[in-house]
Amino acid sequence: MNFRKRAILAGVVVFGACGDVALSRGMKAVGALSLSHWTEAISAIFTPWVAVGIVLLLAFFASYLTALSFADLTYVLPATAVGYILLALMAKSFLHENISPWRWAGIALIALGVGFVTSGPAKTAGARGQAQHLPPVGGA
Amino acid sequence: MTHWPYTWGSILAVVAASTAGDGLTSLAMKQSGDVGKLYRSNGLGRTIKVVLGNTTLWIGVGFMAVAFFALLFALSWADVSLVAPASASLTFIANAIVGKLFLREQVDRRRWLAAILVAAGVALVAR
Repeated sequence: MNFRKRAILAGVVVFGACGDVALSRGMKAVGALSLSHWTEAISAIFTPWVAVGIVLLLAFFASYLTALSFADLTYVLPATAVGYILLALMAKSFLHENISPWRWAGIALIALGVGFVTSGPAKTAGARGQAQHLPPVGGA
Repeated sequence: MTHWPYTWGSILAVVAASTAGDGLTSLAMKQSGDVGKLYRSNGLGRTIKVVLGNTTLWIGVGFMAVAFFALLFALSWADVSLVAPASASLTFIANAIVGKLFLREQVDRRRWLAAILVAAGVALVAR
């Protein structure tokens, strides 16, 4: 796997975790929403942290789609699960949440799983779906 | 525990919709081909047109939206400490099954083991 593909997988991890942290921080500032005051959910979108979170999660989705274009689903999902570790560490650092021994055990299991899957091939032969072969722009 | 059929029904709905969303999105991107190669040979505009012009992608995104609303219902019936780890970890296992049966990916022992380890890890992290 080349540098570009590794960078895209890293993008899935970093944009996803940072997006979730930004949304969490923004929604904690907004406070609990209720169905009777649903318009507050719309105004929440325009608060700085929530807006940043949405932009980061859009970047996450673009990276995720790109990763699925060159790697199997059963590779991308476990490989990018390292985002759960990043999210736990960021929650500790920025949101001052506690990480229990159970969570550290979970982090260790995820790291082990990521290690297993990334030591194998990203794409396997014979998978369903056939790429469309477009002629280059300006070509026949 | 009186709401357990609702709780587990909604958790299974989250897992089913989320897995359908991931599976269909993956199928759509396999059909589109490597985005990097598409971009180099056809430019950004045509790449975006190919990716976003795939109906399967939008059906997948629709299932992801259903999963989100099912999650909201699940959270209204049960604690987040049950819903989040149960739905996230079961989705990893369900995705491995869909990868093998629907997408026909070669899910070998290493990938099964990774899916099980990550599912267990996510269940512990989300406690």
